[in-house]
Amino acid sequence: MVASSPFGSSIKRREDPRLITGAGHYTDDVRLPGMLSMAILRSPHAHARIVNIDTSAAKAMPGVVAIYTGADLVDLVAPVPCAWQPKNSDIKVPEYRPLAVDTVRYVGDGVAAVVAENRYMAEDAAAAINVQYDTLPVVVHQLDAMKDGAPQLYDSVPNNVAFHFHLEGGDVDAAFQKADLTFKQRLVNQRLIPNAMETRGAVASYQRGSNELTLWCTTQNPHIVRFLMSLCTNIPETQIRVLSQDIGGGFGSKIAMQAGEMIASVISKDLLRPIKWMEDRSENYVSTTHGRDHVDDVEVAAMKDGRVVGLKVTAYANMGAYLSTAAPGVPTWLFTVTQSGAYDIPNVASDVYGVLTNTTATDAYRGAGRPEATYLIERVMDLVAKKLNLDPTEVRRKNFIPSDAFPYSIASGAIAYDSGDYDKTLDRALEMIDYAALRKEQEQARAEGRLFGVGFSTYIEVCGLAPSAAAGAMGFGGGLYESAVVRVHPTGKVTVLTGINPQGQGEGTTFAQLLNGELGVPVEDIEIVWGDTDRIPMGWGTYGSRSTAVGGSALVFAARKVRDKMMKIGAHLLEVSPEEVVFDQGSVHVKGAPDQVKSFGEIALAAYTAWNMPEGVTPGLDESYFFDPVSNTFPFGAHVCVVEIDKDSGKADVRRYVAVDDVGNVINPMIVDGQIHGGIAQGLAQAVLETAVYDDNGQLLSGTMMDYAIPKASSFPNYELDRTVTPCPFNPMGLKGVGEAGTIASTPAIMNAIVDALSPLGVEHFDMPASPQRIWQLVHEQKGN
Amino acid sequence: MKQQVTITVNGTTHTNEVEPRLLLVHYLRDVLDLTGTHVGCDTSQCGACTIEMNGSAVKSCTVLAVQADGAEITTIEGLAKGGELHPIQEGFWEMHGLQCGFCTPGMIMTSVNLLKNNPHPTEAEIRHGLEGNLCRCTGYQNIVKAIQYAADKMSAEPAAAGDD
Amino acid sequence: MYPSAFDYFRPSSVDEVVKLLQENPEGKIIAGGHSLLPMMKLRLAAPASLIDIGRVPGLDGIRSDNGGVAFGARTTYDQIIKSDVVQQTLPVAAEAAGVVGDIQVRNRGTIGGSIAHADPAADFPAVLLALDAKVNATGPNGQRTIGIDDFFVDMFTTSLEPEEIVTEISVAKPAAKTGMAYEKFSHPASGYAIVGVAASVTLGNDGNVSAARIAITGAGPIAVRANGTESALVGQAPTAENVKAAAQKASDGMTFLGDIHAGEEYRAHLTRVFTERAINKAVERAQG
Ligand SMILES: Cc1cc2nc3c(=O)[nH]c(=O)nc-3n(C[C@H](O)[C@H](O)[C@H](O)COP(=O)(O)OP(=O)(O)OC[C@H]3O[C@@H](n4cnc5c(N)ncnc54)[C@H](O)[C@@H]3O)c2cc1C
Ligand code: FES
Ligand code: FES
Repeated sequence: MVASSPFGSSIKRREDPRLITGAGHYTDDVRLPGMLSMAILRSPHAHARIVNIDTSAAKAMPGVVAIYTGADLVDLVAPVPCAWQPKNSDIKVPEYRPLAVDTVRYVGDGVAAVVAENRYMAEDAAAAINVQYDTLPVVVHQLDAMKDGAPQLYDSVPNNVAFHFHLEGGDVDAAFQKADLTFKQRLVNQRLIPNAMETRGAVASYQRGSNELTLWCTTQNPHIVRFLMSLCTNIPETQIRVLSQDIGGGFGSKIAMQAGEMIASVISKDLLRPIKWMEDRSENYVSTTHGRDHVDDVEVAAMKDGRVVGLKVTAYANMGAYLSTAAPGVPTWLFTVTQSGAYDIPNVASDVYGVLTNTTATDAYRGAGRPEATYLIERVMDLVAKKLNLDPTEVRRKNFIPSDAFPYSIASGAIAYDSGDYDKTLDRALEMIDYAALRKEQEQARAEGRLFGVGFSTYIEVCGLAPSAAAGAMGFGGGLYESAVVRVHPTGKVTVLTGINPQGQGEGTTFAQLLNGELGVPVEDIEIVWGDTDRIPMGWGTYGSRSTAVGGSALVFAARKVRDKMMKIGAHLLEVSPEEVVFDQGSVHVKGAPDQVKSFGEIALAAYTAWNMPEGVTPGLDESYFFDPVSNTFPFGAHVCVVEIDKDSGKADVRRYVAVDDVGNVINPMIVDGQIHGGIAQGLAQAVLETAVYDDNGQLLSGTMMDYAIPKASSFPNYELDRTVTPCPFNPMGLKGVGEAGTIASTPAIMNAIVDALSPLGVEHFDMPASPQRIWQLVHEQKGN
Repeated sequence: MKQQVTITVNGTTHTNEVEPRLLLVHYLRDVLDLTGTHVGCDTSQCGACTIEMNGSAVKSCTVLAVQADGAEITTIEGLAKGGELHPIQEGFWEMHGLQCGFCTPGMIMTSVNLLKNNPHPTEAEIRHGLEGNLCRCTGYQNIVKAIQYAADKMSAEPAAAGDD
Repeated sequence: MYPSAFDYFRPSSVDEVVKLLQENPEGKIIAGGHSLLPMMKLRLAAPASLIDIGRVPGLDGIRSDNGGVAFGARTTYDQIIKSDVVQQTLPVAAEAAGVVGDIQVRNRGTIGGSIAHADPAADFPAVLLALDAKVNATGPNGQRTIGIDDFFVDMFTTSLEPEEIVTEISVAKPAAKTGMAYEKFSHPASGYAIVGVAASVTLGNDGNVSAARIAITGAGPIAVRANGTESALVGQAPTAENVKAAAQKASDGMTFLGDIHAGEEYRAHLTRVFTERAINKAVERAQG
């Protein structure tokens, strides 16, 4: 057998033939006999007491099967759980009912669920429900919500502060005393709507007799859904099967438990009919979690030469109206442990306030905490450069953790970086962009009165979310290992079961490449299976760029168990000792005698017929492995963005974008590049296009796709990519992970470029989004002065 | 009051009684069970629902099934002919023009029209031509390459180009 | 995403359309449906009946009309782009059609629907104002012609009677040495105009501007002529400075809308900027 796809080659994706011919199978494609449609009536008010709900007219409408209010569900389902309650904080978790019981707390809070023969009828009936509200005062901004006298969302959460988190290392006060330069800056990381192209939804089917709930849903982590669903509904885990196969993008917004999937499940159990619920897009905008929404007050202590010696951060995170499943972990641990970025900053103190407001809940969104941290530290590097009149690349180099300092423990000691060579990626990026020439071009442009800017981001990322002990120490309610089963069949075909749950990241291909590398089985003979809790051992899912580094490693270890067993069986069949054979591209032969060989298929068959097994070796070739790495991985890179601003319209156009990333070893360069492209676009979009805006009454003004601007094909140019390779020492393949890198890096890169472009006008900082209007205002104010 | 419609989809003619308010996308997905055409928005922005109707790309979420009475429709399921991928499908595969694949059927169906209007588009023309299709995963770079691949291939073998 | 129920009619003549409109006061015409259906899907509109003019004969096609161009009400943007007559006589219509929405929208949206809907951010209201178009409509009292200057009344409101249907829109042959242009600043999400400016500029034999029609859409509740700009231009040499000075007047007296992407002040500014750009381009073409 010949290896058909060596590790490191850009083979085409095996998932694509289905998807390009319309044969994908997403949740909305599930059709079951007797299936009903569910529509959720949502609150139009951001904060109100429910006085009365009259469903009588609606119930009488054609096609309506049942209508449930919050009160009807109280006995059927527990509140939506919050599963990350950070250590180092005094967290208070308010009760969040899947349908509001007497108070609605954000526009979009569920009030009633209508089940009907089809969705059109369900919507008709939802419109006919008469709800009487008594409106209450509303607060949408986290800083307002903390003030004395602000409207209170919950009696149990005074001043709306759900938690205060603190982490520090070194001696921050001393650092500020000895510093040559100290300054403060407020940085706002605005609220975003994730916008996976497939909205969230579920099909729940509870079977009478077997008492089994089958739940198809758009989740990044089916096992977490099963686990929490079981806790919330009292249906034993043994009786719940969660299926999530083709997922139309997640970006963090499909990690959390969704009220809708809980409601559909318990109603299916109640009515013994399959229930489908799919969000409309506008519904998705209020009912699925948002991302970011921080106000970060930063204090910086630096020396004259540009070295940053101290960093104090006070962050106010808007959590929305309740604490979503993983939400508290995002602005606390995930945010604070990357705050010093690629830089050796010995003294760091962080305080984070998680604040409840009358808005949609926030939770993970591509990068989750790390983009906020990276934006912060990368803007700080530029501010230091500006204030000390140094080149931004020099300030970065001054502060880089040297390549011989790994593993490197951050100031608080909370986490240690695996490996890195930060100068190398920056060198390569500067070479690609031709930095000297670029600065000349900028001088020229400025002489002509044009606004032309260059921005950098030399980011790091915590990836491969793991290990479980760290998760526990941080208060995450689960583990972060990953599982894999490698099941060789008698014909030599192989099924891989993996606990990860991709949404387009290509593991159906890269995992086959990994297995091919280990066992030599042609990728055509390998099937990668995910998204079925009945088939797959416990796994934690796909987020935090962890799938390949953690799940891929589990696969490699399981494959190695298979390989060892095959060598034993092969040696036995060849009548030599296991020490005398080698495993070579899928077959086992005697050392130095390649013609004395047993093929992969022969050994597989022998393992299953078990006519002639070596002593002590059990039949079958079916191995599982739970991999819990000793550490996270830390990809890094240097991104450079060049912008030119049209003074008249204020529009910032990206002229060039160079990205040099180090994601460790690369299984499939084409797929890695694709992840980087998509990530860059998403990060750039935060800086210049996207923002979720509420008015003072808590109405979401950016409430439809006609108002909320996600990037289009014409928004940004082609990106120029390259890579360096610094393997991660903590997993067998030296993988770091790539899913979030682009997003994390690109937001500060373009903001630094835009601020650089505007710096001749005296602009040192302004907050995102750098929309044309905002830039025009800055240019205009300057003209006015 | 239900209305009778007769619609030819991917070469097969269907006659059904439908409510006038039924959107064409729901007719395709729920009546004909052709689930390759997706729904990504409710404001006609995303293009995930794009199909070909009487030779032109349209957003099937913004057409009533009754308006399509008598129409010839091609959906993503009907694009590959005789088991052979359309060059645009091939381009998406070759160039890694998709990740989650949710936008892909619509992207491909729009691209068919784009290349029909303009068989040799520049990069900028491709990007402009995709204005009505949103992709959250790819950042569009490889989608542009996929269409360039198809344009090259279709001009090399003109037989494939005229296919609708 | 799920419209309310309605009665559906599919008339086969203009007269039948008028009759149905009379019989169904809560009814609405549907042409391409690309303005109406998006509103119905969000249940912002719930007409009791729809009168589908998709198959009514005589509303189709683009013809050359005394050297000018007549557009059937049901002409799509795509047909405008691909029309030889338009390319030869009125290329600005194709230029503007090319920036409406996207390929799919251009395949379905119609010129008649666009003006009848009178969306404040639609492109063709400005284009047809600059082109001094005439709108033919048929109602219970027969046919009449409405000058475009009298057509747009307010946001989503025109001078059409509720029982009238637009049948044709015609534009006279442009005078010699006339240049036209449409410049648009698109909304980053919807793609509609935040500001769109259509300019038609005619130069006299002396090279000075002899006539100008400038119209603005997107910025305010209704597409309007920039009268101040027009009068400032006429009689002047079309120099960069004169154009700039004239464009400064474009926002005078206008009412502006604001949203999260563009407030009133910014729209006023963009109005001046895009007016200047459109005029300069039109002048260049007139000189060309
Ligand atoms: C995603 C998207 C993007 C768009 N972007 C743009 C854009 O950038 N610029 C732009 O200008 N437009 C844009 N549009 C709107 C599109 O161009 C409209 O569809 C079109 O202008 C209206 O034509 P229609 O045939 O679709 O009208 P319909 O939706 O069928 O009708 C609109 C209204 O006009 C009435 N009506 C239609 N025809 C007649 C008639 N002959 N006589 C009397 N009344 C009539 C109807 O009763 C209805 O009230 C966009 C639409 C979508 C969905
Ligand atoms: S579903 Fe049709 S455009 Fe989004
Ligand atoms: S591939 Fe996921 S939205 Fe385009």
